[in-house]
Formats: sequence, C-alpha cells, structure tokens
Amino acid sequence: MGKLIGWIDDRFPLMKMWNEHLAEYYAPKNFNFWYFFGSLALMVLVIQIISGIFLTMHYKPDAELAFASVEYIMRDVPYGWLIRYIHSTGATAFFIVVYLHMLRGLMYGSYKKPRELIWLFGMFIYLALMAEAFMGYLLPWGQMSYWGAQVIISLFGAIPVIGDDLTLWIRGDFVISDATLNRFFALHVIALPLVLIFLVVAHILALHEVGSNNPDGVEIKKNKDENGIPLDGIPFHPYYTVKDIVGVVVFLFFFATVMFFFPDGGGYFLEHANFIASDPLKTPEHIAPVWYFTPFYAILRAVPDKLMGVGAMGAAIVLLFFMPWIDRCKVKSIRYRSNIYKINLAVFVVSFVVLGWLAMQPVTSTITMLSQVFSLLYFGFFVVLFITSKNEDTKPVPDRVTE
Amino acid sequence: MSTDVVDKDKRRFLTAATSVVGAVGAGFVAVPFIASWMPSERAKNAGAPVEADISKLEEGRMMIVEWQSKPVWIVRRSRQMLDSLPKLNDNLRDPASENADQQPEYAQNETRSRKPEILVLVGICTHLGCSPSYRPEIAPADLGDDWMGGFFCPCHSSKFDMAGRVYTGVPAPTNLPVPPHYYLTENTILVGEDGGAA
Amino acid sequence: MKKQILTLILSVLPTFAYAAGGGVHLDSAPIDTSDMESVKRGAKHFIDYCFSCHEAGYMRYNRIARDTGMTDAELREELIFTTNEKGEPTKVGSLMKVAMTEDYARNVFGTAVPDLTLTARARGADWVYTYLRTFYMDPYRPTGNNNLVFPDVGMPNVLSSLQGVQRAVYKTETRQGVEVETVDRLELAQAGSMTAEEFDVFVTDLTNFMVYLAEPVQNERKSLGIKVLIFLVIFFVLAYMLKKEYWKDVH
Repeated sequence: MGKLIGWIDDRFPLMKMWNEHLAEYYAPKNFNFWYFFGSLALMVLVIQIISGIFLTMHYKPDAELAFASVEYIMRDVPYGWLIRYIHSTGATAFFIVVYLHMLRGLMYGSYKKPRELIWLFGMFIYLALMAEAFMGYLLPWGQMSYWGAQVIISLFGAIPVIGDDLTLWIRGDFVISDATLNRFFALHVIALPLVLIFLVVAHILALHEVGSNNPDGVEIKKNKDENGIPLDGIPFHPYYTVKDIVGVVVFLFFFATVMFFFPDGGGYFLEHANFIASDPLKTPEHIAPVWYFTPFYAILRAVPDKLMGVGAMGAAIVLLFFMPWIDRCKVKSIRYRSNIYKINLAVFVVSFVVLGWLAMQPVTSTITMLSQVFSLLYFGFFVVLFITSKNEDTKPVPDRVTE
Repeated sequence: MSTDVVDKDKRRFLTAATSVVGAVGAGFVAVPFIASWMPSERAKNAGAPVEADISKLEEGRMMIVEWQSKPVWIVRRSRQMLDSLPKLNDNLRDPASENADQQPEYAQNETRSRKPEILVLVGICTHLGCSPSYRPEIAPADLGDDWMGGFFCPCHSSKFDMAGRVYTGVPAPTNLPVPPHYYLTENTILVGEDGGAA
Repeated sequence: MKKQILTLILSVLPTFAYAAGGGVHLDSAPIDTSDMESVKRGAKHFIDYCFSCHEAGYMRYNRIARDTGMTDAELREELIFTTNEKGEPTKVGSLMKVAMTEDYARNVFGTAVPDLTLTARARGADWVYTYLRTFYMDPYRPTGNNNLVFPDVGMPNVLSSLQGVQRAVYKTETRQGVEVETVDRLELAQAGSMTAEEFDVFVTDLTNFMVYLAEPVQNERKSLGIKVLIFLVIFFVLAYMLKKEYWKDVH
C-alpha cells in the first residue's frame, strides 16, 4: 500500500493534496452546528449530479415527449421514481442547506477580510444554482414548468430597448417551446453543472488558502505553536470528517423523511399544477414560483412598475455580493457585535422568510402592502448596516477561541 | 489536546464498524441506480410475445416478425432444403444442436424446429450481433460451389445453414438461437412463449 | 438545536391544504390507499364509468394487476375490454389508452377530455371525491347538469343512474349591494339505484383508485422509507460514537 502511494506520489501530488486539504488542514476547534452546512452542500451537489445523470438516461428533452417521459420514469423505469424523488427533494435540500450556509456567513462575518473572495465565489455558486434550478424546473414540462418559465423569461423583457429581442433570443421562439426546452436541458445537464463544479473548487481552494473562520471570528493563525500549527486548530481529518459524517447522517434522516413520506412537500417541492401537462393556452389558477425563489418574487410583485420591480429583485441579490464592503465593522462574529447588528440581522432574516410566504399568497391589497413593508425592511438591512457598522459599539474580541 | 491515553482498539473498532455500515449503506444506494438500467415496463411490454400468421408464407420464402425488438425469421423450407441438412453435418460446428442454450428442447432435433418445414430463428448473428441475410439460392457466385442455401452474415462472413447451424471456420461461435414459440393454430405461431409444453 | 430547526422547517411545509378553485368547501375523502381491495373495486368502477372517454395514458394495465394481486387472466376478464387497431385484444402490458380522438371530443364535449392518470395528484383526493358527488341539474347547460366544484363543466354526470339526480337549492345574498344567487345545498330530486351511503362508498373506492393511479408506487415508497430510516438510525449511533471517541482528544 505504502509502495503504491509512493509510486503515485512520484507522479502525482496525492499525499500533498490529502494533507493540504484534509489531514493537515487545521480548522478551528470551535465549529458549531452552523458549520455542518458547507460539507452538506457539497454532498447534496454530489447527490444531484449522480441522480441527474441517471435521470438523463430516461428523460426526453422534447416538447412532445417530455411530460410523458417523466411519468415513464415514475412508473416504468425500475426504481425511476426513487431516482426522480432523490433529485426533486435534492433541489429543495440544496437551497435549504445553502441558505443556512449563507446565514452562517452573515452571522460570523465569514465574508470579511481576508475571505472576500470566498464569499464572492459563494455568491456566484448561489447564482449558478438559481439558474440551474430554474432551468431544471422547466424539464418536467408541466403547467408550472411552462408558466413559471414564461413569467421568469418575461422579466428580461423589462430591460429597455433590447428586452423584447432578448426574451425572443432566450426562448428561441415566440413562446416557450420545444426550442426553449431543448436548450434549457443542455444548460441544465452540462453547462451549469460544469460552472458549479468549477466554482465549488474555487470556493474551497480560496477557503483552504486563508483558513476557516469560526463562531468567535478569531483568526486562529495568529497563535501558533513551535511547529507552526495553530493552537486552536485541529486537523480536518479525522476530527471534522467524523463530525461531518454525523451531520450527514442526521441530514439524510430528514432528507429521507421528505423523500419517502412527503415527496411533493405539500405542493411546495413538486407543485400540484405540474402534474398537468403544459398547455400554452391555459394558465393555472394560482401561479407561484417554487419556494426557494419566493422571497425575490415577492419583492418583484411589491413594486408597481415592471422595470423597477425587476431592478429591485436584481438588487436584492446583487447587494449580497457587496457584503464584504457594506459591512465596515472590524469585528467578525455576531457574538461580539452590537445589539443594533443583532436586531438588524434578525429583521433581515424574518423579512426574507415573510417575503417568501407572501409570494405564495394570492395578490390582495393587504398582501401587496405587506410585501412593500418587508421589501423595505430587506433593503433596510444593507442601509442600516452600512451606516452603523463603521463605528459600531462592539465587545472586546478574545485572543483565542472560546469553547 | 488532552494527554489521556487513547483507547486505540475502541477507536479502530468504531472506525471499522462505521466504515462497514457506511459501505453497506452505499451498496444499498447503488441498487436502484444499477436496477434502473434493466428493461423498463415499456421494454417488457414491447418484448411481450408476438403472433405471426404464416398462412400466406410460401415455400422457400422467409417472413420477419419483431420480438423484443429483434428480427425473428420464419422460413417455410422446401423438401430439397430439408434434404440438404444432413449432408452438411461434417462442415458444421454443432450439427446435432448440442448447445442447449441455442434452442428450446423441442427444437433440439435434425431440423431445429417444431414442425419440420417451419424454421423459426432469432435473426441475430451469434458473433457480434449483425443480422445475417437470407441466401436460399444454391451455389451463387459469391458464396462458392458448396453453398446449399442458408444465412450469410455480411459483417464478418459467418455462415449458417437452412437450420441456422453455424459452419466451421467462421467467426460465429454457435448456431443461431431458436426463440421459444408454439403453434396457437395450424397457421399462427406465438413467438416468445413455450405454450407450457417445453 | 439542530433538531428543533429542521423539525420547524419540516412541520410548516406539508400542512397546507390544496387551493380549491373558487373557494368551494371540499368534503374530506375517507380513503385508505393501502386498502388494495378498495383500489381494485375502484379500478372496475373506473373502467366501467370513466374509461370510455378518459384515458389513463401513463398507466399500464398489468401494473394494476400486480399491485392488487390479480392474475393476467383475471385482468383480461375484468378490466381489459379494448382492442388494438388490428382488432386484437389489448396486451396486458399496454398503456391505458382510449381510442377517442381529440377532435371528436371537442365536437361532443366542447373540450378535450383530460387524461385522468394524474388528476388526483393535480387536484387532490378531496376534490375528486367532492366533484363526483356534487353534480346537479342545470337546464342552461348542454349536458343538463352542472357541478359545484367545477362550474360549467363539460362532462355529463355519468354516475346519475347510481346516485340519482340532484337539484340545487339556491339562496340569495347581498354582496356589495348586489343580490347574488348562490347554491346553498343539493337535494335529491330523483333516486338512483344506490342509497346515499352506498354511493359514497362507490365514490370512495373510485377516488381511492385514482389516488393510487396518480402514484402507483406510493405504498412501496412508504415501506421502503421506513427501512431506510431504521438503517440511518443505526448508522447514526455508530457515527456518533465514533465522533465522540475521536473528539476525546480535543476536549
């Protein structure tokens, strides 16, 4: 065994990579619950790629055949139903995990110097993931697939001058059609997964270059022993591998519960209207995007102007990219930050969730009014943060991590 | 880090136990993915037995029916074709059809058929899966003087006689398979089922 | 902490009810998807009353046989009455297609007749159960009937010989100063061959079949799910002990 590894090492940096990223990657020893979601996101990506590859073996990206081929997978392919439910549940799980992972970053200031690039790569992953999910949702070719895509693509029509031509170019037809389905399929199964994998590698390389942040927001590299090993660090392998396995098992327990007992998630993971084949002449009575897009959809609906609405929705995402520069406070972790920040972040999280709920309600004047209020609160987070973070009333940060 | 003595055995045991259970779990997860490559219900339905009406099949002629997406040949052999069969035995690899995989028991006979004159074969060369052509003529220019009629595979020149038996000296290893079949009536064959009486 | 959060996420999700079109009250369908005898009875009702017009075009006949414990011979006897284009009896592994063309349907019913394979998943069991029981006389409709949960439906009430014919009792309300007439309740105008209780059982079986039809694998899915969860609990115990053992070094 040792000989074989030696033979490989002379030709390929196997042990070097193993040590750099696992056995001698020193992670802070005080990771808490919130630090499970990075490895979980990676695992869900693997689940999605594998189940997705197997779905492409039976799916037909053809407007005439697509809907029936999904039912073919659900009924005729041995265990096709299981593979499809893994993939559909995985899409939801991906967003839950990623949202919690991002919230962790906000709580502990993981986007701050020297980790700005990690955050930016992460935001690009999030963008790619949204595109991936959106295009994947067209593929079952049900009513929600069709009309959801119709609405989202029409958003580009709000762009002045080129809008109409742009939507035409994206669809490749005058409405959503076979051409759209076919190109979305290609992007969903090849192009975006490649982009995602590239970005994930960049995200992890950048992380391992500067080292992980932790719930205290202390740089463990400042305190090293005589061998140059951080005093508060422990090797990722075996300590965090065994810990992450526990996290993975707990996660899989919830994943399996949804997948085997609530695969449609009450109509939120697989929407009811998507069990009706797409019909270009008939919009479903109640149309709402899948849950993970709803907060942004609520912001879109809150603005009574097409262009401004699209702009606001875009800004809601783009602002997150600039977090490392909007937040000017030197203290990273929420543990040592002011109450203003804590309240501000709490309001932000609540408005994100409430916006998500609002987008699923039929439009009434009350719902619109609430959407406007919570949209303002959402954007207020960034404004308040920018103003207050410069001279924030922080607590003293300890020199070493706390237990 | 603490300096307590580490219980190495316990650690090794737990690592092994977790790895084994994890590997078993991974094995279970692999099952549906591997199983998904097996024929689907659609393929099974398409592969269901097919009926063939041979009332209009003339002597010396071949008809093709599709079963499990494979060509199945049905030939009504002439007296002369049947008479030629025993004469070829020395040139054949398995003249007595001893390889039991290549035909049901009821076709393990001189003519490799239920009724002597009616030949039913799966028309896929046992070499690499091409479909041979039906060449009933005697001694054509391209096949040589000793050709007594049979099937010739254009891919790698494998030769079979009028009972689907393979010649020696060609790449195909075995005789052409006879599919399970039985007679529903005098002139209808059901390909794909033995009709109970195997 | 972790449990609480995830339980919270899970608990809010599946509890929402289906949005009923027009806000009509839906009766709760007393179905039991694991009762395969009921599914089998429902399959017969479906073939007898729905299948002459509606297809279940994503479903294969022999799947019903397999899941309800019928032999192929019983299946041919009890459920398959169609032939293929050559006039041969439909194969047991065929999809449940109907020969009616879309043009014909548009002429007769004014609309394409929907495929029913996934209706119970798209609309919900309660909708199907209520829909089938709330037809009532309406002389202004070409079919002579209307429906509470599906106003102006194009489908005739094919179950009227069993249920009888219902008549709507109207009430008037004042909405925004305008008098509006709405249906208050339905009453039996002419008896059918079944009592109300018998008819409810009939529709329950039919609904149960349609729920099964929409996702035939659901019982297998749940039983496999239990096994997977048990495995994960065992794996959790081991993984947790392993983690505890290694982390003795750290604490």
